[in-house]
Amino acid sequence: MRETARSNLLHVSRKRRVKEDKRFVSGTGTYVQDVVPKGCLHVAVLPSPYPRAKIVAIDSAKAEALPGVRAVVTGEELAAHTMPIYQGLNLPNVRWRPLAHEMTRYAGEWVVAVAADSVHVAEDALELIAVDYEPLSPILDPELAMAEDAPLVHPDHGTNVLYRGEFNWGPVDDDFAAADRTLSFRVRWGRSSTVPIETFGVLASWHAGTDTLDIWASIQMPKYAEQIAAALKIPLNDVRVHNDVDVGGAYGVKRGIKHTVLVGYLSRKLGAPVRLIEDRLVNLAGGDAHGPDRIFDTEVAFSENGTIASMKIRALDDAGAYPGRGPYQLAKPISAIVGPYRINSVRYEPISVTSNKCGQVPVRGFGQAPTNYMIETAVDKVADALGLDRIEVRRRNFIDREQFPYMIPSGTEYDSGDYHAVLDKVLELAKYDDLLERRERRRAEGMLAGVGIATCLEPSGGNTMFEYLMNPQAEITTFMESCQVRVDSHGRITGIMGTGTSGQGHETLVATILGEELEREPDEIRVIHADSRAGFPTVAPVASRMAIMLGGAAAGAAQKLKERIIRIAAHNLGTTPDAVEYSAGAVRDSADPARKLDWEEICFIAHNQTHKMPEGIEPGLQAYHILQVPGGGRLPDEHDRVQLYPCFAFQAHIPFVELDPGTGKVTINEYYIAHDCGTVINPDIVRGMVIGGVAQGIGAALYEKFSYDPDGQFISGTFADYIMPSVFEVPYVEDVEHCTPSPLTSHGQKGTGEGGYLGAPAAIASAVNDALRPRGVSIHELPMRMADIEDLLNGGD
Amino acid sequence: MSAPRRVSLTVNGIERSGMAEPRLTLLDFLRYELGLTGTHMGCEHGVCGACTVLFDGDAVRACLIYAVQAEGHAVETVEGLCNADGSPGPIQDAFRDAHGLQCGYCTPGMLISVKALLQATPDPSDDEIREAIGGNLCRCTGYTQIIDAVRLAAAKAKGAGT
Amino acid sequence: MKSAPFDYAMMDSVDGVTDALAEAGDEAMIIAGGQTLVPMMALRLARPALLVDINGVAELKGIAEAPDRVSIKACTRQAEAMSSDVVRDRLPLLAKALPNIGHAQTRNRGTVGGSIALGDPAAEIPLVATALDARLTLRNREGARERAIAGFYEGPMMALRDADECLTEVHFPVWLGAGTIGTAFQEASQRHGDFAIVAAAAQLQLDAGGVCTRAALAVGGAAPYPVRIERAEEILTGSTLDDDAVAAAVDEVEAAIDPQTDPQASAVYRRRVAKVLSGRVIREAARDARGEAS
Repeated sequence: MRETARSNLLHVSRKRRVKEDKRFVSGTGTYVQDVVPKGCLHVAVLPSPYPRAKIVAIDSAKAEALPGVRAVVTGEELAAHTMPIYQGLNLPNVRWRPLAHEMTRYAGEWVVAVAADSVHVAEDALELIAVDYEPLSPILDPELAMAEDAPLVHPDHGTNVLYRGEFNWGPVDDDFAAADRTLSFRVRWGRSSTVPIETFGVLASWHAGTDTLDIWASIQMPKYAEQIAAALKIPLNDVRVHNDVDVGGAYGVKRGIKHTVLVGYLSRKLGAPVRLIEDRLVNLAGGDAHGPDRIFDTEVAFSENGTIASMKIRALDDAGAYPGRGPYQLAKPISAIVGPYRINSVRYEPISVTSNKCGQVPVRGFGQAPTNYMIETAVDKVADALGLDRIEVRRRNFIDREQFPYMIPSGTEYDSGDYHAVLDKVLELAKYDDLLERRERRRAEGMLAGVGIATCLEPSGGNTMFEYLMNPQAEITTFMESCQVRVDSHGRITGIMGTGTSGQGHETLVATILGEELEREPDEIRVIHADSRAGFPTVAPVASRMAIMLGGAAAGAAQKLKERIIRIAAHNLGTTPDAVEYSAGAVRDSADPARKLDWEEICFIAHNQTHKMPEGIEPGLQAYHILQVPGGGRLPDEHDRVQLYPCFAFQAHIPFVELDPGTGKVTINEYYIAHDCGTVINPDIVRGMVIGGVAQGIGAALYEKFSYDPDGQFISGTFADYIMPSVFEVPYVEDVEHCTPSPLTSHGQKGTGEGGYLGAPAAIASAVNDALRPRGVSIHELPMRMADIEDLLNGGD
Repeated sequence: MSAPRRVSLTVNGIERSGMAEPRLTLLDFLRYELGLTGTHMGCEHGVCGACTVLFDGDAVRACLIYAVQAEGHAVETVEGLCNADGSPGPIQDAFRDAHGLQCGYCTPGMLISVKALLQATPDPSDDEIREAIGGNLCRCTGYTQIIDAVRLAAAKAKGAGT
Repeated sequence: MKSAPFDYAMMDSVDGVTDALAEAGDEAMIIAGGQTLVPMMALRLARPALLVDINGVAELKGIAEAPDRVSIKACTRQAEAMSSDVVRDRLPLLAKALPNIGHAQTRNRGTVGGSIALGDPAAEIPLVATALDARLTLRNREGARERAIAGFYEGPMMALRDADECLTEVHFPVWLGAGTIGTAFQEASQRHGDFAIVAAAAQLQLDAGGVCTRAALAVGGAAPYPVRIERAEEILTGSTLDDDAVAAAVDEVEAAIDPQTDPQASAVYRRRVAKVLSGRVIREAARDARGEAS
């Protein structure tokens, strides 16, 4: 099956300025930090200096006496008035609260909060608070945390293991027994995340007269309002989340539940607007925004010709002190647990442990990036073991394009793809043979140089059926997204979405799809964000799902609207809906095209002339559509087989790196990608998503890590220590598109928000190890920092 | 005196003044005293560049200057890059045409650095572009489309000049 | 992440600065570019009661030439030094180091004197000043004194400047005499523009016969403050900078440094890389002096 995108598209796939860009380049976006109501109070939080300690006493009298201080709140007070925050797994004895209660569990955990007239005064007050701690020895290593006698992060839970599972999909033992060869390896993904330039911020304002808690937040979080209402013990429809706040980057990590519970509580207590804007120290040390921290132990069974038959994977993840939804990042990668390969069987043992580090948060790809790094390492190792070319081994294992839809052992059906074609495209783009020659030339000059290769599947569309695999109480199968479309009496179109946006261009997406379906100019379509009380049901702009889900909802709403327009017009043309033609907003009598109603006329009738409306059509011109994820809706079968996510995009990455053997410094000279996300809605947005993900992947591969010292002190507290790549570290990325449309979506589109980040760490690791190969060493832990690499090369002496 | 004092300066060509404790940064002064929220806070320790403004014509970090130090000086912010009617100016339009941004948070600082570059170096090489924006971290774009945008802005300015 | 409260005074003369310092004692701090001090204040690691601002002191800005040295006034911006023809022509080692300092946005504000006065062990300007044996002018209410940079630091970010003193000028010697001069500056950092993990600077003078008549080698980031590798300089001087001489010089690096482990890198890494970079800057400076392309 080889399809190409519809060629008769008016607006979809065409270059078009991104609607959101206008306000952003003008400096007139409205981020949460820009919303400061009169009388707003500002919160600062006191971090725990110890990774694990009993809180013996807190003396805040001096802080309370400081002029300008309005409230000092402790964990004890908060625990008395709020519920613990909902977490993904069923962990009744792991109580996650905004402020530490009785015990601190990581260095940087919030212990006391101050609300004051200014953040300056609030910070002054923090210095006046005396906390008497009884320090305890922390547990920092996930493997040690599993030991019988390990100190317990949550004593009431009885163990540091939060989750341990075993899944067997297909005849693993038989496949291993029958294999020509096996190999095993360990890789480690370091504790990093996507760290937006905007920290998390939230403003809460309680209005007793209307029983409304208004929330403005830098948020990207499913069921956010639900969680706030539950923790604050107020009705859900008292909470109004303003989704029209621009979010300064999210990439998964903008969750902010504890922040919101804290300011929500304070606003209700003080009867004033209260805001908490993380500063960078709070953000890095205690924002509950660290990512996966994972050790994979993998065994691979394969044949002499390089065909991989089976894998056994143990994944141990350190979720930190408060896991939140973090552990689910072990389950979502089940959606593509065999990558783009025809692997017959898989054993998967995910383990989540708690430790005295900051809590884990969903990060771009939701666990898929570490997993893809492991899978691609496996393929490189098979090639190495057999002395085969890395590209050739991939080709031999790829699912063929004729095999789609393709069911993988864990029960997920891949919708479509042409992996061989995409790989060929990136090789052509990179002029691969010339690249290898350049590598040899640099090696001959005494430099270490390497070419990397990695592919990745991007599961997109986002259901969360993986939750049920880890927590049978999470019997949830509905993952909808919604869109409304309204045409006003002057004929202008407005699309209404029910979530916020954080740089993905959702307004452009909706306008483009509405414009496509209604054959109207997208630049003239306004797109707005309904607040959480006014909008229709949605999940969230997560899980690489909006092109599919919001785009699909917009298409559905537009089609309903168009039907209504046609009925109104047909009625006024004195004929039937099947006897008219819709074109660019006008409706003509098919039998006599000179007889027509223009867009403006139809709009006027709909809003003003009941006497011209057909029977049964309500006034106005509006429609909405709520789309359920395609292919979702079924629980896993008795073998834990389930459809996770509907659509599968694909990328192939080839970086070229040089490595200075004297300092260990890696320089990425060139980077090539071919990507296939089906039908592209907006080519500039897709390119930006892909390349932006690559840059974050470069950070995870080479630089970024939330580090703790052996005593559990956090040592990555500033941007001088948590090192994110600048333009000097990221090369100009060359990319090429391929299009294998999804049969499941409105226009054949798939998701593309994550793939760059899924492929790049594996690709860079592959390139670095290729560079190191002549020296007979390799590295299997991210980030591969220059000092680590130098030590591998020169540490022997 | 640590008490607030009046600070007067020129912002985007207009005389402005406001009150500032000595410890108030120029960043916070612009945002919260003058209401110019286009300049963004990213780290407050001089690494990320989100708060970049022109100070007497030079690109600097607004988080590393106290407002009281700006007394009598000229500051230009992203709002000052717009046309008189508030519509985007030429560098801003080049960023739109190349989609050299996503979430928009680093964008004002990036635009200011580019403005400083192009006023000194109208036809920059790619190395000069990297040098100019090397102190502005962007987390969304991976920089490639930003480089495209700067190239486009330079080309357009050249075209407009001839 | 807001500074603790402080008083502030903008100065317009060095006399005003020294008066303010004399009156406030060690409660006061001078702010020049503020590119290091302000972050420290935001973190409340520095909390002066009084901030004495020298940005308005015209007599603390500018670059002056003498036959045997170039004097840079303390509050001269790094960007100004970078674009100075005098620095380019007469202090090529400093010219090569300056682009490694932070970014354009920080060099537009950061000053030459501020970097010297703070004495970050990995900072570029103190390293070049140490390599070249720069001299410093310090003034208090009583008068001015000039001293060598050697011995000015007693630890990381710990300069032996009296609380009532203001650094007013940094004098970089210009090497005279026959022969050609070559320079090189290299640093290892994870990200361009960050403080170096380790840095090395070399300046060599060669006579017409290719014999090294004078050598300066210094390493930063590998001790509490930048250090000269004098034994290496002795080995290089009189040699033709052949491979043996370079190797012997590099062998002397280890004894002169005292690296520490921090989150960026271990002491062991710094020790090895200090040697690697020392060898590289010697060879590069030699090629530069010989007029070879590097």
